[in-house]
Amino acid sequence: MAEFEPKIIAFLCNWCSYAGADLAGTSRIQYPTNVRVVRLMCSGALDPLYVYRALIEGADGVLIGGCHPGDCHYTNGNYKARRRVAVLKKILQEFGLEDRVWLRWISASEGQRFAETVREMVENVRSKGPNPLLRL
Amino acid sequence: MHKRVLVVGGGIAGIQASLDLAEMGVEVFLLEKGPSIGGRMAQLDKTFPTNDCAMCILSPKLVEAAAHPNIKIIANAELKSLDGEIPNFRAKILKKPRYIDEEKCTGCAICMSKCPVKIPDEYNKGLSKTKCMRIPFPQAVPALPIMDRESCIYHQRGKCRICEKFCEADAIDFDQKEESIDVEVGSVIFASGSEEFDAAIKDEYGYKTFPNVLTSIEFERILSASGPTEGHITRPSDGKEPRRIAFIQCVGSRDMQMGNEYCSSVCCMQAVKDSVIVKEHLPGVEATIFFMDIRAFGKDFDKFVNRAKDDYHTRFIRARISAVEIDPATENLIIQYNSEAGSLIEENFDLVVLSVGLLSTAGIRKMAARFDIEINACGFARTSSFTPMTASRPGIFIAGTFSGPKDIPETVMQASGAASAAASLLTELPIRELREELPQEFDLRGEQIRTGVFVCRCGINIAATVDVPGVVEYASALQGVVHSQEFIFACAQDSQKLIGEKIKELKLNRVIVSACTPRTHELLFQKTLSSSGLNPYLFEFVNIREQCSWVHQKEQEKATEKAKDLVRMAATKAGLLEPLSRMSLKVNKGALIIGGGVAGMVASLELSTQGYEVFLVEKESELGGNLRHVHYTLEGEKTDRFLKSLIAKVKKDDNIQLYIDSEIREIMGYVGNFHTKIGNGKQTTNNKPRELEHGVVIVATGGEEYQPSEYLYGRDERIITQRELEERLTKQQSAIDKLGSIVMIQCVGSRNGQYPYCSRVCCSQAIKNALKLKEINPEVNVYMLYRDIRTYGLKELYYKKAREKGVIFIRYEEGEEPQIEAQNSKSEQQASNGEVLVKAYDPILQRNLVINADLVVLSSAIRARKENKILSQMLKVPLNADGFFLEAHVKLRPVDFATDGIFVCGLAHYPKDVSETICQAKAASARAVTILRKDEIEAEGRVSQIRKERCSGCGLCIEICPYTAIELEEGERVAIVNEALCKGCGACAASCRSAAIDLKGFKDEQILAALSVV
Repeated sequence: MAEFEPKIIAFLCNWCSYAGADLAGTSRIQYPTNVRVVRLMCSGALDPLYVYRALIEGADGVLIGGCHPGDCHYTNGNYKARRRVAVLKKILQEFGLEDRVWLRWISASEGQRFAETVREMVENVRSKGPNPLLRL
Repeated sequence: MHKRVLVVGGGIAGIQASLDLAEMGVEVFLLEKGPSIGGRMAQLDKTFPTNDCAMCILSPKLVEAAAHPNIKIIANAELKSLDGEIPNFRAKILKKPRYIDEEKCTGCAICMSKCPVKIPDEYNKGLSKTKCMRIPFPQAVPALPIMDRESCIYHQRGKCRICEKFCEADAIDFDQKEESIDVEVGSVIFASGSEEFDAAIKDEYGYKTFPNVLTSIEFERILSASGPTEGHITRPSDGKEPRRIAFIQCVGSRDMQMGNEYCSSVCCMQAVKDSVIVKEHLPGVEATIFFMDIRAFGKDFDKFVNRAKDDYHTRFIRARISAVEIDPATENLIIQYNSEAGSLIEENFDLVVLSVGLLSTAGIRKMAARFDIEINACGFARTSSFTPMTASRPGIFIAGTFSGPKDIPETVMQASGAASAAASLLTELPIRELREELPQEFDLRGEQIRTGVFVCRCGINIAATVDVPGVVEYASALQGVVHSQEFIFACAQDSQKLIGEKIKELKLNRVIVSACTPRTHELLFQKTLSSSGLNPYLFEFVNIREQCSWVHQKEQEKATEKAKDLVRMAATKAGLLEPLSRMSLKVNKGALIIGGGVAGMVASLELSTQGYEVFLVEKESELGGNLRHVHYTLEGEKTDRFLKSLIAKVKKDDNIQLYIDSEIREIMGYVGNFHTKIGNGKQTTNNKPRELEHGVVIVATGGEEYQPSEYLYGRDERIITQRELEERLTKQQSAIDKLGSIVMIQCVGSRNGQYPYCSRVCCSQAIKNALKLKEINPEVNVYMLYRDIRTYGLKELYYKKAREKGVIFIRYEEGEEPQIEAQNSKSEQQASNGEVLVKAYDPILQRNLVINADLVVLSSAIRARKENKILSQMLKVPLNADGFFLEAHVKLRPVDFATDGIFVCGLAHYPKDVSETICQAKAASARAVTILRKDEIEAEGRVSQIRKERCSGCGLCIEICPYTAIELEEGERVAIVNEALCKGCGACAASCRSAAIDLKGFKDEQILAALSVV
């Protein structure tokens, strides 16, 4: 059987993490193809609903990328994201899904970090196996 | 008459100057001698150090210049004469015939496909053929064909006219004559460029004799997807892929025999970049660079060189190559060189690339003479360090390599600076109002979704990895999609035109472009939508280059799958997009300039001259910044006098409000409307307001000298920094002139593991001071311990002078830094016998040296200021890994930030010398004026919106909003959004308990729809 290829949705903020992902591109840093990026203006614009929907639709993992603390283009959206994700994870614990949702700070100058995060997450989610919701 | 400027030369310098002037309300005549604007940059494959595709970043600028109502491009034309003076120059322009009627021609290129005559393609350096009737290159602007009269059969033999037969626009005009155009302008910018060194003159390298010896520009064309081999790297003799490629540096540069003593500045990085690109094309290839010094002096250049060494295994061999021989059997090339240990080594290469220098030719000198522009000893336009864009003839300014070799960002800075300088002369004249008539937007109500999908190949940047036709086909079957097609370059002018046509023809009401990143190209496509009558927000951008083809280069199938997924998500979201409108915002005409060094002061004066109010904030008690510690330039100009007069001008300028001993407490707001609180440090002597309103911000906070912890600095008085030496050379020469032996150590705190950047100015500064020492006392022994001497450009002349004066240069390698032993630390007066021992390993003599030094001078690094972090957080703009401010784009937006209305100049951006600082400061003011001169600018259309019927008036969003953009509507218990204040972060939308808030363009239903088809 072919190796399980997890599908990962990444919500990236426009100013830091999306730019970091672009930098990975201009630097030609290779990483697995498993990630599908949804651009948001800010990690603070992430409605927890998006994460639930992604998981319900069959994503095996969700990556949320925001600016480093203090660097948010909109002052403090990343702090809002951090709080929301903390609450969200409590709810996801009930389903055993909390480790499939990652929040990472990735700046516009961290192409390498973006690529490494994706690599690490793909391996991690691969080892967990497919999203259990799909078996329901 | 309104403000008018003539720009001579349509390379990136001329284009940037034109665009800035045009945005400042100046009418521009952009003169280009070739058939298309774009210059040399249009021929490059990629650009260092980010490997951005040159055409991809240039093409939007070409399109913008062509579309700007204030710019008239006069291509295929020459300046014949230039009479008059400020502000009444009369220019006579001779426009050569294209043999087509430009008004009638649609650029369809059928004439090119039917023309039976093939001629060498100049754009590809003659490595391929094009037609006698041809469009110079796919992204050419103007996108019009041109006929080569000399090879046209009809013109030569009176028969053919095939092009005319097929031209449906009836645009061919065989009898077209030269046309004389007279323009009257207030000032002139010469951005006429330089030429490449003709490698055939150095016949020892076998160029033109041996087929597999190419020049660096020819090699760029071979690397390029739009080049003669479509990006497949093959060697000319047999079409085989090369396995071993040699780059020979300094061909025609740093070469006394050729009469070109200067360094061409760009070739080192170009070769390093090419070595990386070639490895990406052909993983098995081995690239070797033969060099004298690697001059990676720009921002993030050394990191790129390190990557080339470590990740791409480029070989760097320090050797000057005297000749290239050929092996006739294989047509391989044989290079002999001396290793540093002295042994003679012979190597065999499949391909040799000659890194040819930039040159001022006899033609350029003659042209300069004709227009009374003085040139310097190297044949470039003469400028001074303090007026780096001003030509000898009043009213004429210089941009780009016409004033000496330089790379793209420096060219762009000088061009923006020249635009500012030219506009400053014309303040008396009225501006020319921009009137960009946009067509009425279609009414979409009741219309079915009709989506067009355009997929870009980006040459081979995307197409080499992603199956573009496959994606196009896939897209055509998606719901709502009525049209899908591919482009070689979606950003090219003809592609824009075609998208516009398709919108009209097929009544498209949603457009998806699947190409590079929205961060650089979204605006371009949105403009195309607007000018085709479609609301610019009915647009989705799919990133399949930066986030797909470039990061999955070895996984074609999976990358194609990913591209299809992303297009499907976009198409689903697109169906739910709505037209949005942008609000107009008033622009406050004031500028806040942070930092009162030379950068801040120059920018202040420039803006003041153009009539804007400036708030100049300096944290110290006096103006001048780092230039207070620089007393003369490498070229011998006195900085003290310049600085004194600059400070005096700033102090007596009524438009400049000076805040010394002050710092920024808080900056709020957005482009056009910033509010800043100033805090006082020590003094509170003046009664100026502490809260400022302004429209733009220029960051000119400078940098600082690194205080070395190595080499016993601070523990022995005989060990000082270069800055301290300069102080002594100026103020207490007596302490210096008796010394017998001085050792300078370069790269102290630069180019190491923790700070992997070059501080750029230290080599020149050390040589400047070494020459001064030799001038004071010719008998003094000056030893310079260095890693690479980076006297780029015309600074090289002083390196040569230093060698002639007997300065001894000894190289050391990283990891084998010199060691210092102070025998016994005595006070300075007693230490005249040279008791500091400097131990170094000389790689040429292959032995350890011990130098007795009376004084050791450390060329210590320039560091980013620690306060940058706080300021960057206040302004919400990024820093790079070394703590310097990170501009919007390293090549083409060197003074902008991604955030509108904020600009950077001087050492805050990266180490640079005074002349480069002045260039950048003027560039920053030019960019600032493009905003300040407008009464209104358009706000972002993607703002929050409240659905009143759902809002319970709980007020949570009011607390959440970082911009106080939401309030409760009086009387009613619902929230309302102030669109002028809303920046579209979406925090309120994500927090609303009643799902009553949407961020337009990123509505929940739009995002959820995209997720539903993942």
